[in-house]
Amino acid sequence: MTFGPAERLGRSTTDFVLGLGKITLFSGQLLKAAFRRPFRFRRLMDELYNIGVLSLAIVIVSGVAVGMVLGLQGYNTLVRFGAEESLGAVVGLSLIRELGPVLTALLVTGRAGSAIAAELGSMVVTEQLDGLRMLSVDPLDFIVGPKALAMVIAMPLLAALFTVLGLMGGYLVGVLFLGVDPGSYLSALEASIDFRSDVVGSLIKGFVFGLLVAVISTYRGYTADPHSAGVSAATTSTVVIASVTTLIFDYLITALWGV
Amino acid sequence: MTESPTRDALVGLFVLAGFLAIAYLSVSLGGANYRGEGGLEVIATFDEVGGLKPRAQVVVGGVKVGQVDSVELDEDLRARVSLDLDPSLNLPSDTSASILTQGILGDQYIALEPGAEEIPLSPGDEIQFTQGALILERLIGKLVQNIGVE
Repeated sequence: MTFGPAERLGRSTTDFVLGLGKITLFSGQLLKAAFRRPFRFRRLMDELYNIGVLSLAIVIVSGVAVGMVLGLQGYNTLVRFGAEESLGAVVGLSLIRELGPVLTALLVTGRAGSAIAAELGSMVVTEQLDGLRMLSVDPLDFIVGPKALAMVIAMPLLAALFTVLGLMGGYLVGVLFLGVDPGSYLSALEASIDFRSDVVGSLIKGFVFGLLVAVISTYRGYTADPHSAGVSAATTSTVVIASVTTLIFDYLITALWGV
Repeated sequence: MTESPTRDALVGLFVLAGFLAIAYLSVSLGGANYRGEGGLEVIATFDEVGGLKPRAQVVVGGVKVGQVDSVELDEDLRARVSLDLDPSLNLPSDTSASILTQGILGDQYIALEPGAEEIPLSPGDEIQFTQGALILERLIGKLVQNIGVE
């Protein structure tokens, strides 16, 4: 007997709740594995290289480009009110509070989160994780943990770099191309940014987004279906779920803590 | 993966650059260095603060020496502003404070005018001579009234 739409709705609801439960359990196991001795320092360095250093190029280019666009758009709007001295505040606040952490999270999801899911997924397909288990090496401890930890460490650092480079991009366009006074750009920037509410908030966002992307990408890769379509599904859903979750959490953090 | 000194050095540089970026944002832009515990807390009471907000600048002769910590109403329904000043400053106890505006529509800030007294302001002291903010609408209102009378 079938119940049509009601049945489908019920099933997708239970699937969703079940998925949330599984990913929570997985996060718990991952957290336990991260604190298990011996600490895999060598593996962490490798993953920091893959996730952090190799993401630098895209973060630098995007940061400067976004800052330049903000400078140009902000100038064109502000100059109508004769308030182009406030350009520093516009560029600074939008980069530090929103664009820096959020765009970095989206970029890193696309560049490194997808790679994590694809790598873990193909390890599932080729039974490498089973091979490790046979050697009584816990793959969570040896493969997955360092990837997740490196993501959590790299994300706030990349977000801060993105923000600073964006400020430079805004300075480049505003001061050098459009002729805003350098002193008023910098003083508007310094006057509008508060350490506790803006800078700390930006770092918290970077850290939370790092956690989200780390858990989602490793979970989707680790639980990929053991065939090639499973790997591609894991990669795609990592990018989609991590991006949407990042944006939802961004709204929640801003709404709840006013960052 | 095998050990590679270049790779480790790149990771080190990446982490260093990240921390430098955070430090720049926190100290240079966020003004984290102005949040020290040893700041000189001084109170000033005004009839009208206009749009003065916490974190507004406090200047002496145009040079920033601190910021506004809080703006609240005291028992006499006057605005009580607490200032967080550089403790190395030797401000005389008859220093006066006035709320001014940067440009016509800019941010409001507090300008301190040092007096001639020998005794310096100590933490928790109240600045005696204050000049509140000028509200543009009230000035225009008075002007219109005066013109109407003539």
